[in-house]
Amino acid sequence: MATDKKLFAAFSRRDLLKSLAGIPVLGAVWAAGIDTTKRSKLEKDFLLEKLNIKASPPPASGPMSGDPLRIGLIGFGIRGEQLMRALGFATNEWVEAMSKAFMEDPKDKRLEDFKAQENLNVKLTAICDIFDVRAEKALKSFNNESNTCKRYESYLDLINSGEVDAVIIATPDHWHAPMAQAAIEAGIHAYIEKPMTHTIGETYLLREAVRKNPKAILAVGHQHRQTLSFLTAQDAIAKNTLGHISLVVTNTNRNDGNGAWQYEIHPEASPETIDWNAFLGNSPSVPFNPEHFFRWRKWWAYGSGLSGDLLTHDYDRINCVLKMGIPKYVTASGGIYTHRDGRNVPDVMQVNMDFPEFSTGSSQESGKEKGMTLVYSATLGNQFDRGTVLMGHDGSMELGNILTIYADPRSTKYKDMIAEGRIDPSVPIYQYDPTADGVDAVTSATTKYFANKGLLWTYRDGKRVDSTFLHIREWLSCIRLGGEPSCGIQEGFEEAITAHMAGLSYKTGRKIEWDSESERIISLPGEDLDAILLDNSIS
Amino acid sequence: MTRPSLLSPPQTSALVILRILIGWHFLYEGVIKLYSPSWTAKGYLLSATYMESFFHWLASDSMISTIDTLNIAALLLVGVGLILGFKTQVASLIGIGLLLLYYFAHPPFPGYPQGPAEGSYWIINKNLIEAAALVVIFLFPTSISFGLERFFTKKEIQTQP
Repeated sequence: MATDKKLFAAFSRRDLLKSLAGIPVLGAVWAAGIDTTKRSKLEKDFLLEKLNIKASPPPASGPMSGDPLRIGLIGFGIRGEQLMRALGFATNEWVEAMSKAFMEDPKDKRLEDFKAQENLNVKLTAICDIFDVRAEKALKSFNNESNTCKRYESYLDLINSGEVDAVIIATPDHWHAPMAQAAIEAGIHAYIEKPMTHTIGETYLLREAVRKNPKAILAVGHQHRQTLSFLTAQDAIAKNTLGHISLVVTNTNRNDGNGAWQYEIHPEASPETIDWNAFLGNSPSVPFNPEHFFRWRKWWAYGSGLSGDLLTHDYDRINCVLKMGIPKYVTASGGIYTHRDGRNVPDVMQVNMDFPEFSTGSSQESGKEKGMTLVYSATLGNQFDRGTVLMGHDGSMELGNILTIYADPRSTKYKDMIAEGRIDPSVPIYQYDPTADGVDAVTSATTKYFANKGLLWTYRDGKRVDSTFLHIREWLSCIRLGGEPSCGIQEGFEEAITAHMAGLSYKTGRKIEWDSESERIISLPGEDLDAILLDNSIS
Repeated sequence: MTRPSLLSPPQTSALVILRILIGWHFLYEGVIKLYSPSWTAKGYLLSATYMESFFHWLASDSMISTIDTLNIAALLLVGVGLILGFKTQVASLIGIGLLLLYYFAHPPFPGYPQGPAEGSYWIINKNLIEAAALVVIFLFPTSISFGLERFFTKKEIQTQP
């Protein structure tokens, strides 16, 4: 007690103050921190509640159990190889190259990702490629103890072999529809690369074939439909977050040989190793030309230029969010401005697709807003990333892997919240990153910086998933368990007709009109539209 | 135990103020992160422009939650220590360590991307200056003059026979 008293006596009020004065500072800073986080959470919750956007990934496709499906592949080129890897079959050469790439750069996870990919429970039983080197390469890798794979000389032999339940078609465009139609009519399921068809006539024929053979499942290879943000984007549109969308801009920017379809010409290509007539099919008869064979995308005879090759991706992406269907009017312009190398498809192309009757909803007086233009703008001579933007009266949506929504400064819907300072039009009001756990409203500048660089989050479970894999899986699931593929004949029909309208407009310099009642292109009456579309003399 | 002070009262006061300001800064950062459940250092670490493999390792799935917790705990400890004047030398060292990690993940070296920072920096930035200030706090302890340690020091003096 005595000591205590002494201690107390020696410890003046001044000492006490000097010892404990930090405590109120500590309390104040701590309380301020709690208050700030609470307030920003309230603001964020308020905004999220107000927007009420449901963030959801597409439903997972069903289990891959049961007997293995027997798959045949037609066309083992660049895309064919990619599709086979998505299916679970990589060539020995690729595995070797990837393990070497991993040795050189341990961050290169392509082989690891491939090995971690789910087994789709399929056999690759048949392959058809009219270039011997490619067909043999496939056989060398895929015909082994665990998988018997046979080469067929023609696609019809493969389809009618009785050895396949389904085919994957990854050929030049002019073969897509004839092969898919033959498969569907034979009751064989078909996964077909985009564009679905090469001509307007084929588009109707293929739709007819699919309608008559409902048991055969057709899927069109627009794998971005598996992009996780798109259902969330649909919900944001349904909740009228953007108001009336009057303009959507999409684009392609590429600036290298590969992007301009200058693919490598194989040194062993010759009339002896390539079945040239099988390549030509219905296209104009020309002497053997390896450039036509390997760089077929550069000619209307086999490919569809920017409108069929790349516009289709962007159109379908927007169509899967807005479901606006085929445009009423299409006008296109462009030319061969960056690769004057003998090609006859344009390398710079601008396409305006008009939907005068379409509306995503409105926040203003009724009747004021209706109609939308979708702009596709492309060059193969510059790779500045312009992004895809949906522009509404109340907000803008940047649609990529990450979905970001900004309020428009002149919005009617957000007018009050902007005036109150609760919404800053320069900061996203909503951001959805499918690879992240949560949804964010009011993102800080720093977060935005990291998010834009794609650095903020890793993929779910730390695993990257290939969208082509998901798309093929969905098709296999529909074959096994029923259901409609997300990109089936109707979506393919809309994609193909739109692309062909763009091609026609480019070639004729005319506005091309679609009549949704009769489901016909009504411009240029009496003319053979497919002849114009395929005309190699108009570039 | 008490050394004769070589510092004038205004010098001591200035050091105490510096100590509390730095503590304030650390504590507030720690509290904000503590109460923001979705906060993570992952983005900062993954975007490191220097010693990338080390920082990427810290950001890896197996490490990141530990790193986030440690970061918050360290910020709070440094903040509390410096403000209250308790174990300020340990707190200073931890603070210097943290600041140097922040500094080296995004150093303002010539030719390195600057990233999201206000102002312009060449080699020296605010993280480094704050670390240097903590070196001063470490070398000139003031918690005996102003802080909890005064309480314990007094107690020790008085309880000695």
